[in-house]
Amino acid sequence: MNVHEYQAKSLMREYGISVLRGEVAKTVDEAVEGAKKLGGNVWVVKAQIHAGGRGKAGGVKVAKSLDEVKQYASEILGATLVTHQTGPEGKKVLTLLVEEGCEIDHEYYAGLVLDRATGKVTFMASSEGGVEIEKVAEETPEKIIKVAIDPAAGFTPMVGRKLAYGIGLKDKDQIKKASSFFAGLYKMYMEKDCTIAEINPMVTTKSGDVIALDAKLNFDGNALFRHPEIEELRDPTEESAKELEAARYGLSYIELDGNIGCLVNGAGLAMGTMDIIKLHGGEPANFLDVGGGATKETVQKAFTIILSDPNVKAILVNIFGGIMKCDIIAEGVVGAAKDLGVKVPLVVRLEGTNVALGKKILNESDLDIIAAEDLADAASKVVAAAKGDA
Amino acid sequence: MAILVGRDTKLITVGYTGKQGTFHSLQSRDYGTNFVGGVTPGKGGMVHEGFPVFNTIAEAKAKTECNAAMIFVPPPFAADSILECIDSEIPLIIAITEGIPITDMIKVKAALKGSKSRLIGPNCPGIITPGECKIGIMPGHIHMPGKVGVISRSGTLTYEAVFQLTQREIGQSTCVGIGGDPVNGTNFIDMLELFEKDPDTEAVIMIGEIGGSAETDAGRWIKKNMTKPVVSFIAGASAPAGKRMGHAGAIISGGDDTAEAKFKILEECGVTIARSPAELGEKVAQVLNK
Repeated sequence: MNVHEYQAKSLMREYGISVLRGEVAKTVDEAVEGAKKLGGNVWVVKAQIHAGGRGKAGGVKVAKSLDEVKQYASEILGATLVTHQTGPEGKKVLTLLVEEGCEIDHEYYAGLVLDRATGKVTFMASSEGGVEIEKVAEETPEKIIKVAIDPAAGFTPMVGRKLAYGIGLKDKDQIKKASSFFAGLYKMYMEKDCTIAEINPMVTTKSGDVIALDAKLNFDGNALFRHPEIEELRDPTEESAKELEAARYGLSYIELDGNIGCLVNGAGLAMGTMDIIKLHGGEPANFLDVGGGATKETVQKAFTIILSDPNVKAILVNIFGGIMKCDIIAEGVVGAAKDLGVKVPLVVRLEGTNVALGKKILNESDLDIIAAEDLADAASKVVAAAKGDA
Repeated sequence: MAILVGRDTKLITVGYTGKQGTFHSLQSRDYGTNFVGGVTPGKGGMVHEGFPVFNTIAEAKAKTECNAAMIFVPPPFAADSILECIDSEIPLIIAITEGIPITDMIKVKAALKGSKSRLIGPNCPGIITPGECKIGIMPGHIHMPGKVGVISRSGTLTYEAVFQLTQREIGQSTCVGIGGDPVNGTNFIDMLELFEKDPDTEAVIMIGEIGGSAETDAGRWIKKNMTKPVVSFIAGASAPAGKRMGHAGAIISGGDDTAEAKFKILEECGVTIARSPAELGEKVAQVLNK
């Protein structure tokens, strides 16, 4: 789960990580009021959306007067920003963060992420901040310092020293401040169950401080049960309504651009089904994993969600029953087809636990179902059906 | 005896008295697994469906001499149960539970190091040596005893591969689901090593997914160490780029975590590639006939 920059920063403040003072604004007036409250003569007006690359898209502006704050706030609020992370449709800005200015001495990168290969949380820091870290990794990988944290030892002073000296800090006071910055970040990462904590840039200022100028935090969805305070930060306007609706029923759904709706059990098989549809010349309209605990009702819900996509020209149900039983899927398919009046061709492939019972339910339903023998057969039949050759 | 589990396996289930725990324990017993009891704290002394229930894993081990434990505990408490198995020196732990927090698994992974336990999973279908022992949620009847080892990150995709093999009357030595979580107990290389040493295994299917570097690490290991043929499919070639958050993860793995990159590296390492999941059975038949 993602949060906004202003939410991330308020959390970081709790962990002693230095951030600039800021005010959140939902209207232009609030932005100007916020700037007045902050005082000073330079402010940064920042669009709050769940995507990186805001600066390039015009979502971050430096204002040198209250008039400029007003001007930028009215330009950015309500605008749709398109960045490399939003997709072509972009994201509408509903919230602003107005921050006090600061005099930057140098921009660095600091990030914490899980290294799957070792099963350890790993720090990454670089003297090259404020730019895309992927580029640094590609062009000058030696400029990224990595330190894996031993889970038993946790963050020890040597981690802080290795990172701070590694990115080229020299001043003793700054090394101390950076170390404490890194320590706070690690503590928050572990205590709040983050999956990503990325500070780009982390800056040193002319006055010698070490500050997080931007912040991107992502949290482990599986750990939200023990963090109601993080769950509260969820912004539903940032998430696909359909994906949220699906999640409420324990379905994992991602909308795509194609025209073949997919209903599959298991994430791997769901991806494999999309892959084989593509290999047969079709385009999947979605990824949908009904999971292992689906009931007749959730299968019906899955159909409702798939059919709400007007692009869907055919549906493929591909179930390999294990923990999920084929007869339950069959009942859900029959129920959905009857209640919703499925108008598009429906290709069904069932295998595994209770397959005979599942097939019997489908056969006795007198629904117009195209039965498929195996995975390849299912893919070729649904691709043909979507093209109108069924 | 294939790998890890067989006729000598004595199984207990942690979280046995729950609905899923009970159902799948009895399914395993019906398949022929030597199931000897379960653990549910607070229900010790009870007899549930004909098997004894214990309060602690240590007690279950002392009374039943079990050498494998299947975890069916809900996600908030599952890591603690795994730690209890490690503490009781259960040689093989199979965690079926889906949704364990990553930071919990980081601690488990650290505890496994230097311990007497091996963990399969979590978030996996389990492990089966066809005709001998089934531990997990996979449908037993699609399997058949034979010579092909199967390792996979995905549950249902594993069933798909096994089904294709059995349809061609190609049996399996052992099928292991290592689980889809970012931090798991056992990786592809651990399993490949065991299959390479196993006289009952002649070829291996390895089913991977996009993300991480487990498959490419395995490919490089195969090139160096493996004499038996390996057939591989990577799910997710059609997954849209940019949908996955967190580029920092891709940097750690060196950026070679797309399906295309993985196919390419595996092919360079001498692995036989199935571009379609429907070709797995056919490709195995081809490498076995060589």
